Amino acid sequence: MSSSAAQPFWRAAGMTYVTYSNLCASLVRQCLKEPYRSEALSREKVHFNVSKWVDGKPEKPTIRTDTPE
Amino acid sequence: MLRHGSRSLFNRASATSMRRRRQFSTDLPAETVEDTKFVESWKKMNPNMDPPKTPSAYMKPRPPTPANIPSKLTVNLVLPYDSVLSSKEVDMVIVPATTGQMGVLPGHVATISELKPGILSVHEGNDVTKYFLSSGFAFVHANSVADIIAIEATPVDRLDPNLVQKGLADFQQKLNTASTDVEKAEAQIGIDVHSALNAALTG
Repeated sequence: MSSSAAQPFWRAAGMTYVTYSNLCASLVRQCLKEPYRSEALSREKVHFNVSKWVDGKPEKPTIRTDTPE
Repeated sequence: MLRHGSRSLFNRASATSMRRRRQFSTDLPAETVEDTKFVESWKKMNPNMDPPKTPSAYMKPRPPTPANIPSKLTVNLVLPYDSVLSSKEVDMVIVPATTGQMGVLPGHVATISELKPGILSVHEGNDVTKYFLSSGFAFVHANSVADIIAIEATPVDRLDPNLVQKGLADFQQKLNTASTDVEKAEAQIGIDVHSALNAALTG
């Protein structure tokens, strides 16, 4: 029973629910009034680093961050 | 004597910890459901040891429908960073389900619905509190507890009309210039969210 149910347009375009939901939330946050808007946008900041492992050793990590160093 | 020790300890521990928590929809008398077929075959093989608990013994069954319809609905509105309403007793909530505005009264049938961006209104006596939800889910349990989860829920007076109008115009523009499926989907999502915000501000 693969493609029997009608899918929402975003799933048909390849987006997952999590991506859709996070996108909706970020759009709502951008429409807030001032003091709430800056608090809300601080909630969206991410900071992580990812490193691929090759032959049992980590390669150089890529750092993705929104907080200035 | 020792065989039953662990079972009663488990029951007593879970019962006291349940009394101290807030009321959840899955609060039930501390009954552990045993997987009878497994327990019987274990006892045949190994009658001297207590059978280990299977995952189904730890699962709490769904809350049963009570005999009398409760007079109030218990609502929990939770966000990833805050619980806006927690076990609040209200008369009715109207949730923005993808299939339309759905009113939930005490005694509502158990339902799971996906929400679209829209307004959640909480009715308590003559007070109505409205929150704009960015999308999420609403779970109504048979014991008249409604759990509403969303990523963002703001009171409508925190929304800025100018930013909403500007966003709506921007995304309508993006929809016209979008080429790939993903861009079209994102533009369409932008339009949906901003129209819902607009309707919330003007309605």
